[in-house]
This record gives sequence, C-alpha cells and structure tokens, in this order.
Amino acid sequence: MAAQAERRWLLLSPALLILTFAASGPLLIVLVYSFLEAGDYGGVKWVFTTDAWFNVVAERDFFDETIKIADAHVSIFWRSVKLSLMTAVAAFIIGFPTAYFIATRAEKSRDLWMLLIIIPFWTNLLIRTFAVMEIIRNEGVINTLLIKFGIIEAPIQILFTEFAIMLGMVYVYLPLMVLPIYASMERLDFTLVEAAYDLYGTRMRVLRRVIFPLVKPGVIAGSILVFVPSLGAYVTPRVLGGGKQLMLGNLIELQFGQGRNWPLGAALSITLLAIVMIALMFYVRVARLEEPQHGQ
Amino acid sequence: MPVSTRQFDIRKQPGFTLIAVACFLLLYLPIILLVVYSFNAGKSIAIWEGFSLQWYESAWQNKAIQDAAIRSLILACCASAIATVAAVMAALATTRTAAFKGSSFVFAIINQPLMVPEIVTAVALLLFFAIIKVATGYTGMWYLIIAHSAFCIPFAYMPIRARLQGMDFSLEQAGADLYGKPSRVFWRITFPQLWPGILAGAMLAFVISLDDVVITEFVKSAGQDTLPTYMLGQLRRIVTPEVNAISTVLLGISVLLVAGFFFLSKIRK
Repeated sequence: MAAQAERRWLLLSPALLILTFAASGPLLIVLVYSFLEAGDYGGVKWVFTTDAWFNVVAERDFFDETIKIADAHVSIFWRSVKLSLMTAVAAFIIGFPTAYFIATRAEKSRDLWMLLIIIPFWTNLLIRTFAVMEIIRNEGVINTLLIKFGIIEAPIQILFTEFAIMLGMVYVYLPLMVLPIYASMERLDFTLVEAAYDLYGTRMRVLRRVIFPLVKPGVIAGSILVFVPSLGAYVTPRVLGGGKQLMLGNLIELQFGQGRNWPLGAALSITLLAIVMIALMFYVRVARLEEPQHGQ
Repeated sequence: MPVSTRQFDIRKQPGFTLIAVACFLLLYLPIILLVVYSFNAGKSIAIWEGFSLQWYESAWQNKAIQDAAIRSLILACCASAIATVAAVMAALATTRTAAFKGSSFVFAIINQPLMVPEIVTAVALLLFFAIIKVATGYTGMWYLIIAHSAFCIPFAYMPIRARLQGMDFSLEQAGADLYGKPSRVFWRITFPQLWPGILAGAMLAFVISLDDVVITEFVKSAGQDTLPTYMLGQLRRIVTPEVNAISTVLLGISVLLVAGFFFLSKIRK
C-alpha cells in the first residue's frame, strides 16, 4: 500500500532528520577530516593526506625522518584496553553474585531489588564520579578514618591513579553488568540445580558446571556492556585520573584543545568507534544465540 | 553441609549474599555521603561539623550557578519535548504498520546514540557545528537543543514503543474502519492508552538531557555552561560543598523522575 508507506515515512521523518543532522551525519565529517592536513592553529587544510592515520600509531622524527612507534599513543591505547578489561572483570566478580542474590529472592521483591540497582545508573554520571572522588581524596573519608585510627600516618594517594579510574568505572558501570546477568538468571531452571545436587555435585561444582554455563550469554553481554563505555570513557578518567592518567577519550579531547591536531583527533575517534562496533557485533551475536536456548 | 536434605537450600551459594549486600552498600554509600556532607557546616568532606544549609544558600546566590541551572532546565525541557514528539511519531510508524523494507536501517539510526561512544559524537558535532558557525555566524542555544534532542530520542522511543506493542491494535483498527481520521483515531483511541508511555519517555529524556556532560562540553559556545559542565569546570579550583549542594538537588530530581518512570511503566494497559 503506497499510502501506508508514505504515512510511515512521514511519521519517521522528524526522528530521522534530527538524528541524521545531529548524530549520524556528522560522523561522516569526522571520517573526512581524518584524511586532511592539520591547520597551523587548529582546524584543517583541505589537502588529502594519510598523515593523521599514520600518527595514530607511529611518529616521524622531526630531524632525521626516521619512523618509530608513537609510545605515548600506544601506552594510552594499552591503558584504555587494560583498564576496561579489568573493570569488566571486577564488575563481574561483584555483579554475578549480586544478580544471583536478586534472582533467588521472592518473586515480588525482585523488582524492588532491581530498582535499587537501576536508580544509581540513571543518576548523573558526573555526580557519581564526584562522589567516588570525595571518598578517596587525601582529605576524604577513607584517609581521614585510617589516620584517625592510627593505621597510617600520611594519607595514601589513591586519587589520580589508574586504580582510581578503575574503581570509578566499576562504580558507574556496575548496573550494566547486573542487568543482563539477572535477565539470564531469572529464567534459570532450578530443577537442573537440584538434579545436580542429587548427583552429589558440590556447591562449587554445581556453580561452575550447571549455573554458570546456563547464564553465560548474560555474562558475556554484561561484560561487553561494561567494556564498551569504559573504553570510550571521558568523564571518569578526567575526574579521577586528574589529567595524569589519560585514556583514549581524553587523548581525543586533547587533539581539539592544546594539541590542536584535528585530523589526528578525528582518526583516533574513528579508531575508537571501530573497536566499539566490533565489540557490539559480538554482543548482537550473543543476544541472538541466547534466545532459542531459553525459548521453551 | 547439613545432614538433612530438608534443610539443604539448593539456591544458596556461600558468600554470594555477603558480596551482594556489600555491592548494595558500595553502590549507595558514596552518594549518601555526598548528600550528607552537602549539609555540613564546615568546609570538610570528611569531618562533620554540624548541620547547616549554608552551601545551599551560597549556591542559590551564585549568579553563575543560577544561570547554569536555568539554562539546564530550558535545555532539558526543549530537548525532551522535541525528542518525545519525534519518538511518538517514530514509534507509531514502527509498530502500527506492516513490516517494511529498511526497518533495520531505521532502528540503527534511532539507536545510534546508544551505540556510538559519546566522545565520538561530541567530536563529530564539534566539527560539524564549527562549520555551520563559520558559515552562518549563529552561536545561540539551538546547537545544544538539537544535539540534546538527538541523543534523547532513543530513550524516549523505548518506553513508548514498549507500551504501543502491548496495546490492543484492534480498537484503533475499528476506529479507522468507522472512518475516523488518523489524527482523530490517535487522540481519541491511541493517546488515552498510550499516555503513561509518553510521559515515561519524556521523563527519561529529561533526565538524560539534564545529566549530559560530554556532548554539552564540546558543543557549547562561550558562556553556555549547564550545571554539569559548570561542575566539571569547578574541578580545577578547590571543590567546596557548594558542588555537593548542586549535586544533591540534581540527584533528587533524577531519583524522583526515575522512580516515577518505574511506577508509570507498571500502570496496567
């Protein structure tokens, strides 16, 4: 029906127009800029070059033109990947038992427990990061208490370390781990667990061989959902890393501030986007795999 | 392990409850401390010196904070209104018509803000709007309003679509069969059932806009600070409990709206 199709696209047009104008479309500009030459004071010159992409991982010596690996960039890439992986692992260690705990509550109270997990997630990310900062600061609660009880004499420097960034990211992204694991766990058939105990399984063995394989899709989904925003994190490393421990998001911002190499910033953005898209494709595959398994 | 099988709880895993309780405590402790110390009479964020509202007073009287607060509210109102209208129309198009060619493309566009890292979108908008600013000379609020509307659309879209999918389509079809104009069918039949979804979507969009830092930080022109970007800017100076006071107010708004969203989505269809 042509009339129906026409009406559908008419209804879709405002959303598609706004999103193309202020979300998807501008991504193409980033791609174009990554192949341009950097202007002298920020901005770009309209000359085609692959310099920016070259500069993502390598640098040319200013004097003798030798090529070497850009250590600064590689170490920031490595830190971003390392901290994001560690964040996902830590979130799993805390999130898995929590999801299990909620899934084994009485059916009526489960929603309320989940609401408790969800509420912090919908509150301001910057404020939650501030809250973590205030606790781990040198004048914060942890150091003040430790000094008061004579355990330490001088405050421990926690803020502005890699550990602080990881702690902050675990704190802000933890709900993203609990939600999908809980979704798998809620449909877990406990008669299988009972059967395993009847066959003399120990608690550890039942957990590892029966429960874990059944909720594995949720665990993978949760890990990706935590890993992806951690990799692109900007606010948390800026606040808790204090400009000393940069992550990819901060490196990108730097190219539009003091560094003023817009094409390099554009190339780094596309690199980040590519990594995230690959991770999300895995996620979509896992989500598809999960459905028929539980489809009874 | 207990001898009697009757006492043996198959759902129990040792240590799990402990970790879960610790998890809930850790999730709320920092926020609670932040709120508590916003009422501290002293400047400290660790030593309690008595109850006082002085930080709320000084925040209230701070001109920069006033301006940022008003700007945040106007921005969130405009963006959530635009996003909600666009989302309702898009949700009607994707649930009330037969499956169509290009639907996966449409979903990819609508969900794009959920997938692309915020910093990448922020950079893209910075570059794009820089071109427009040079070409037109306009540096007003509309850049922020359009940018916020865009990333709010998927958040408004989700609850509205979920509600539409759970609604009985036959009533609307009957309305159309009786020669009701599409707009009349919408206002008389669809809207009275759909409004909790629309309100929930608008509330979610409002919270998302109010809380945004990264995209606002990159898109704003000089003198267009919102509350979150103002707070981020304060980081370079000494943080006073004034920031805690603003945080507490923002937290309060978010928690109220999210709790409201939760109960709205429980309203029977």
